[in-house]
Amino acid sequence: MNDPSAPTRDADAPFAGVAVTRGNRVSFVAAVVAAILVVGIAAMPWWAERDQLRLVTEFLYLLALAQMWNLLAGYGGLLSVGQQAFVGLGAYSLVTLGLHGGLNVFAIVPLAGIVGAVVAVAISPLLFRLRGAQFAVGTWVAAEVFRLVMANMPFVSGGSGVSIANAVRGMSIDWRDAMTLWVALVLGVGSMLGIYALLRSRHGLALVAVRDSERSSQSLGIDVRRVKLLVYVAAAAGCAMIGALIFVTKLRVSPDSAFSIEWSTTALFIVVIGGIGTLEGPLVGTIIFFALREWLSDLGSIYMIVLGILTMLVVLLAKDGLWGLVAKRVDLPIFPLRRKVRGLDGP
Amino acid sequence: MAEWINTILQGVLLGGLYAMFAAGLSLSFGVMRMINIAHGDMIVFAGYAAIAVASALGAPPFVAALIVVPALAALGYAAQRLVFNRTFGGDPMRPLLLTFGLSIVIQNSLLAVFSADVRGLDTGGLSTATLDLGGQIGLGVLPMIAMGAALATIAAVQWLFRHTRVGRAFRATSDDPGTAQLMGIDRHHIYALAMAVASAVVALAGVFLVMRTTIGPTDGPARLLYSFESVIIGGLGSVWGTVAGGVILGVAQAVGAKLNPGWGVLFGHLAFFLVLSLRPQGLFPKTRDR
Repeated sequence: MNDPSAPTRDADAPFAGVAVTRGNRVSFVAAVVAAILVVGIAAMPWWAERDQLRLVTEFLYLLALAQMWNLLAGYGGLLSVGQQAFVGLGAYSLVTLGLHGGLNVFAIVPLAGIVGAVVAVAISPLLFRLRGAQFAVGTWVAAEVFRLVMANMPFVSGGSGVSIANAVRGMSIDWRDAMTLWVALVLGVGSMLGIYALLRSRHGLALVAVRDSERSSQSLGIDVRRVKLLVYVAAAAGCAMIGALIFVTKLRVSPDSAFSIEWSTTALFIVVIGGIGTLEGPLVGTIIFFALREWLSDLGSIYMIVLGILTMLVVLLAKDGLWGLVAKRVDLPIFPLRRKVRGLDGP
Repeated sequence: MAEWINTILQGVLLGGLYAMFAAGLSLSFGVMRMINIAHGDMIVFAGYAAIAVASALGAPPFVAALIVVPALAALGYAAQRLVFNRTFGGDPMRPLLLTFGLSIVIQNSLLAVFSADVRGLDTGGLSTATLDLGGQIGLGVLPMIAMGAALATIAAVQWLFRHTRVGRAFRATSDDPGTAQLMGIDRHHIYALAMAVASAVVALAGVFLVMRTTIGPTDGPARLLYSFESVIIGGLGSVWGTVAGGVILGVAQAVGAKLNPGWGVLFGHLAFFLVLSLRPQGLFPKTRDR
């Protein structure tokens, strides 16, 4: 609509020389740096130690998990503390399709996404009867149902869990680590770019409008229920894919670890501390999460207490998170969503 | 046959404890429209506090309750006044995120102080005493006391809401905080008072929990889920509905556990989803969620 080449605005009109842009120098520099980083990480199997490789893999899948939670809560306004339901389903896709079905574990990752999406569609009519905080607790109950069902299923060895080492038999450790890293890279970068692309599209506008006011967006003709369902299903698919990948690195799947609330807790802490409803926030949050862990992990429960208190402080004092504090002072549009009009400040 | 009757009776009495859990949650949801994610952890915290007080003083459980209940009420008032109230207005997500953080802090603090060992409160044989009804049917004495205490507590809360000045202020603030404020009601004080009452109920529930069973530091979330399920099954805003919700949940869990030891909690969750699919407003709805 602000297209300067529109027929009504010819060269003599007052809009001459006006251009609407989104990109800027910061986003260009950030894109170049990010591209170099991605290439560097992708090449890690050739230059890095195994420990570093595994740390970066973990960083990437937790970033992806955090972005999925951010998509739900920060953009969709759907606060869930039950995303471990889908992480767990991804893990159990490995058991059924990999261990029993004989499929390659990395081929299962996208299939797990389909499993997650189908289950999300199936349970959404029930969960969407709950709203706000009730929805959050309802998703938690749903995750507990999945955990208890798996714990009572002899086919997946019930509560004691099952080793999936046989599903990766014949694969060299180097190859497995490298593939895990690459899939984690695709999921981590994909989650950021995917949400970015979504936000720049019409659907992204609808999504943010629904988050800000359901009633007004409904009156503007947005199908609120459909938008929410789409976000819920997309996040479920993402979490299931991430879950499948996480348990390729762990090689043992038990109901308590696969459906652990810890997956949602971690995502929530990362997103809230970093900055909910921003793309940069979860990235900042993941860095802080790893830094704190390096620093405090020897202290056991103290580490979780610090994370919990930090989360509470951010909610109370800086609701846009630590990235929000930065963005308030310096304009750093790494992922430009706003359009800027140039050339209006003429004579 | 007698076995099944016993199972159902145990479930009903377990429901009394769940109703007490749920009453605290229902109260804070009713007045503040907030779900306290740390609710279950507060119950467990109260349980540990009762154990600590009882062992420090060598006192019986009911004396411990006399200390823990007012202490938690004061703590609840302070927490609401100084912390929770700051999250109201604007984003409805903030109270939830805040109490989620608090839940993790409480769990890990209990873990740091009391270790991961499970603990209970010595009741001097009360927890194993049964009242024989003949025909191999018996009722646990402690569960009956808990049920009686739950009914008494809920009746007292109901009376407070219906027949006192502060109860009227609770209802007014719940209906419309803005207008209540215009009528001279200090919303922040009323919210803190409601949290104090809720915390007192939570403390009592915690004492009964540790008298009945042993607990660990991470048992809170399950208690939150049972409280939430009881409230939703019973219907929002209906105090006696919450009791019915607790009883339905207790019976579902007892029947499930009877069929297969691993199915108890699962059957409770399924009963919740069954009610949600057939009657999303709950069995005895009173208020509508805004």
